[in-house]
Amino acid sequence: MHRFAISVFFLLLVSMPLGSARAELDIEITQGAGHRTPVAVVPFGWVGNASDVPLDIAEVISNDLTRSGRFAPIAIRDMLQKPTEGVKVDFDDWSILGVEAVIIGRVTQTGANAYKVQFQLFDVFGRDQLVGYSMPASRGTMRRIAHRAADMIYEKLTGIKGVFDTKVAYVTAQLRAGKQYYSLVVSDQDGENEHTIMESTDPIMSPAWSPDSRRLAYVSFEGNKSSVFVQTLRTGNRSQVSNKAGINGAPSFSPDGRKLVVTLGGIDGNLDIYVLDINSRQTRRLTTHRAIDTEGSWSPDGRYIYFTSDRSGGPQIYRVSTNGGSVERITYEGSYNARPRLSPDGLKLAMVHNDRGNYRIAVMDMERDDLLILSTGRQDESPSFAPNSDTLIYATRQGRDGVLETVSADGLIRQRMASGQGDVREPVWSPYQRF
Amino acid sequence: MPQYKLFIVSLLAVFLTSCATPSIPDPDPTDDTPTNGTDTDANDDGGLGAGEPVPYDPYAGELTNIIYFEFDSSELRPADTDVVARHAVQLAGNSILRVRLEGHADERGSREYNIGLGERRSQTVRRMLLIQGASISQISTVSFGEERPAAMGSSEADYAQNRRVEILYTD
Repeated sequence: MHRFAISVFFLLLVSMPLGSARAELDIEITQGAGHRTPVAVVPFGWVGNASDVPLDIAEVISNDLTRSGRFAPIAIRDMLQKPTEGVKVDFDDWSILGVEAVIIGRVTQTGANAYKVQFQLFDVFGRDQLVGYSMPASRGTMRRIAHRAADMIYEKLTGIKGVFDTKVAYVTAQLRAGKQYYSLVVSDQDGENEHTIMESTDPIMSPAWSPDSRRLAYVSFEGNKSSVFVQTLRTGNRSQVSNKAGINGAPSFSPDGRKLVVTLGGIDGNLDIYVLDINSRQTRRLTTHRAIDTEGSWSPDGRYIYFTSDRSGGPQIYRVSTNGGSVERITYEGSYNARPRLSPDGLKLAMVHNDRGNYRIAVMDMERDDLLILSTGRQDESPSFAPNSDTLIYATRQGRDGVLETVSADGLIRQRMASGQGDVREPVWSPYQRF
Repeated sequence: MPQYKLFIVSLLAVFLTSCATPSIPDPDPTDDTPTNGTDTDANDDGGLGAGEPVPYDPYAGELTNIIYFEFDSSELRPADTDVVARHAVQLAGNSILRVRLEGHADERGSREYNIGLGERRSQTVRRMLLIQGASISQISTVSFGEERPAAMGSSEADYAQNRRVEILYTD
């Protein structure tokens, strides 16, 4: 099991209306320039056995805030005080350092494997507490609790919901002893805590999260034939939900989690969009065109399926009502638009867009109808929105290997998650986790 | 555009069917071309007649199992129509034979759409085989899209190696 080495770099995209020149500058944003707010995450206090110090919660929070690209936590050695209680916070000390917000906290042992994690966020200029919270934890949930704290802090400071307590699923391909191995992997969004949930010498493709983030649907080619599986993460149980003649592919869950939209090809290989009821296995056909119709995904309100079709020649994005009926073309910009994914708030549509010969991730504003190109690679693919609709993850290339990148939906903040080994592709961001 | 392509394929298929007989090697028993040199002793001309004519065999050499495609195309190259025709003859002549047609695409673009492109290529070959006498039960198709490249690089030459259909005899 490899760990992601996270290297963060920022890219300032000066975006202008399409058609005009677009300046792209690789800029490592220092304080101020990109509004990276200076904050202090003070090491948490520990009340318990000295030999039993759990996770460094402050470090997890600090890393989360740094990777968001919006905050610059100061170094611990620069801190003039390290309070663990609210009453000890000296706002003047933090003001001198130019810090705008201070996070303090402590972990208290309450049992053999029971802890209480408390944190408080202070506004230095306002000299007031912005949020304070205490949460029970075990050793197993400690990391998630830290991410949850970071989520609350992030939302309080930016007004945007945090996604630190979320997961990412992706596929890796690795050559081992002359044989190609494909793995379906789930990790925390920061690359920690990786678990391989399925491995095969046949290709694995197209992972998709259930809305409750407890199951993954995916395509497996075991037996030299494509079929769609749904696997429960906790138990590892999986069931083959579609194994018809020809292609079974491109699964995506309905908002209620009971259905999948899938692509079926049949014996004659005419790819069309179908809705599959997971329990009854009954299918309902939504498109009947002899072109390739594939990569269906549900709109968050459940009313439409957005999909790729080359019925007009090259691939473009279309939508059809989940009740069937006529098909409506959505994209007209450029000769290649594929793999549509709507943001959870329904306002943006991410896709793979051919930009002068380069396949890049683009986002279309559904109201203004304009297209913003977010990535800079030659072969970028598989965009997937974070549940806050503010960030996307996608696959790009680093040499021969696929690596993952995240980018803010405005294109301003980007980071790369470089994998230690193998080819990493098809990232999908989980919905919000439930406790 | 896809309908248009299909139309082209159908036309090509009709053309192939109509000229299938001459293009299939079929030693004609009524052929009276002066061939064998067994009776050269009878009219000895100093060994000059002791030769054998070399028949033209368009199918000489090993029959390839891989058909390559142009960028963004699922149409057979003219040279490959003969190859596919020869596989069709084999299948039509032996109903026990089974083939799996594995369609592939190069890595450019979206993965699931590339599954569609690979399948479109498999289906081109499948239709040709069916038109020329193979039966439906002998052929299965699968598309691996860009998931199983033959060449790992990202050059045009690598891409050309990867846009292919492999005709695999499974029985």
